[in-house]
Amino acid sequence: MAGHDDHDHSSELSETQLRVRALETVLTEKGYIDPAALDAIVETYERKVGPHNGARVVAKAWSDPGFKQALLADASEAVRALGHENRVGDHLVAVENTPSLHNMIVCTLCSCYPWEMLGLPPVWYKSAPYRSRAVKDPRGVLADFGVALPKDTAIRVWDSTAETRFLVLPMRPGGTEGWSETRLAQLVTRDSMIGTGLPKRPEEVA
Amino acid sequence: MDGVHDMGGMDGFGKVEPEPNEPVFHAAWEGRVLAMQRAMGYAGAWQIDMARSAQERLPPPVYLTASYYQRWALAMECNLVERGYAGADELAAGHALQPGKPLNRKLTTDVVKQGLTRGSFYRQASASARFKAGDRVRTKNIHPATHTRLPRYARGKVGVVELVHGCHAFPDAVAVDKGDDPQWLYTVVFDGTELWGPDAEASLTVSIDAFEPYLEPA
Repeated sequence: MAGHDDHDHSSELSETQLRVRALETVLTEKGYIDPAALDAIVETYERKVGPHNGARVVAKAWSDPGFKQALLADASEAVRALGHENRVGDHLVAVENTPSLHNMIVCTLCSCYPWEMLGLPPVWYKSAPYRSRAVKDPRGVLADFGVALPKDTAIRVWDSTAETRFLVLPMRPGGTEGWSETRLAQLVTRDSMIGTGLPKRPEEVA
Repeated sequence: MDGVHDMGGMDGFGKVEPEPNEPVFHAAWEGRVLAMQRAMGYAGAWQIDMARSAQERLPPPVYLTASYYQRWALAMECNLVERGYAGADELAAGHALQPGKPLNRKLTTDVVKQGLTRGSFYRQASASARFKAGDRVRTKNIHPATHTRLPRYARGKVGVVELVHGCHAFPDAVAVDKGDDPQWLYTVVFDGTELWGPDAEASLTVSIDAFEPYLEPA
């Protein structure tokens, strides 16, 4: 019955495509939306907004103690002052990893995520395994990502249950003394800003 | 509501599986759904907690098997019909059969940037904050049949107020068309053992952002 399953799968996909097309046609004909504006939104998320936005913020915090202090005190204001392509809004909080504390971000109720800093969330962030386990078994989740923290590092999980959005400020890797912000930003991965990963090591970007 | 969307602490969903080199969208229709949602939000057709509430009201088997953007599309159809922006007959026909309902504004190409800017959820406070950083609080044991942002795993638990985020629109009221009903918002942190019992990892702490009506002094 493998062929039957394949058939079901493809017809389900086309059903979704047809349904979404119908939705767009109805909303356009009723005058609610402009398809050209939808094109521009899709292009923005495909090309302009992404983890490089957050990486720039982290790299600046690593190299500028004044900015780091401002970021931890009021991330919305500190990021606004950088003049980002997409304004971050009012409710960003940056949380700092240290040798004794590791932060991890989740949204158990839906999939709240700092879009302006990291772009759209990956599928795993929106998935039931991550949403269910992050608050109860964060070390197990980290193991799924191949990350093992020292036993004496405490873990703090931030459940994004309101409109506050959280950005993890990971620890600056050793061996990067004198690096420029641009070079440092290459070390900052998306997952290191969610707390499910660590920054790259200097030798990985050489 | 006590739905399957409230997943914190559930077992059995398996491993987290990151996808290497994941694309922004896995199919073109996903981008259209996201963009339509943003455009309807900009137009003022509904607020984000109304969209969340519509997803939560999907039948549990649908919620669990639909993809993220399929859920968005289903919730959008729900809000369009419930709020009178489109008829179920129009969605089925794939064409408008009646004129649209007036909306505040329309997202056009010249205002896309504004359309993607996150709105502020700050609202004018009518009273001062009941709690301050360091206060011990207990979350209420509430089970409203409608939308709430207090997850099940954190109900009836004692924690400490860590951050005071100002006064925000209250999702529980917004989702049921009762207006913004502004409430103070706090980050409340719990010990892992308070949430998961003595077997929890000793060094674990978990925080939620809790609106003042969810909390009482402890």
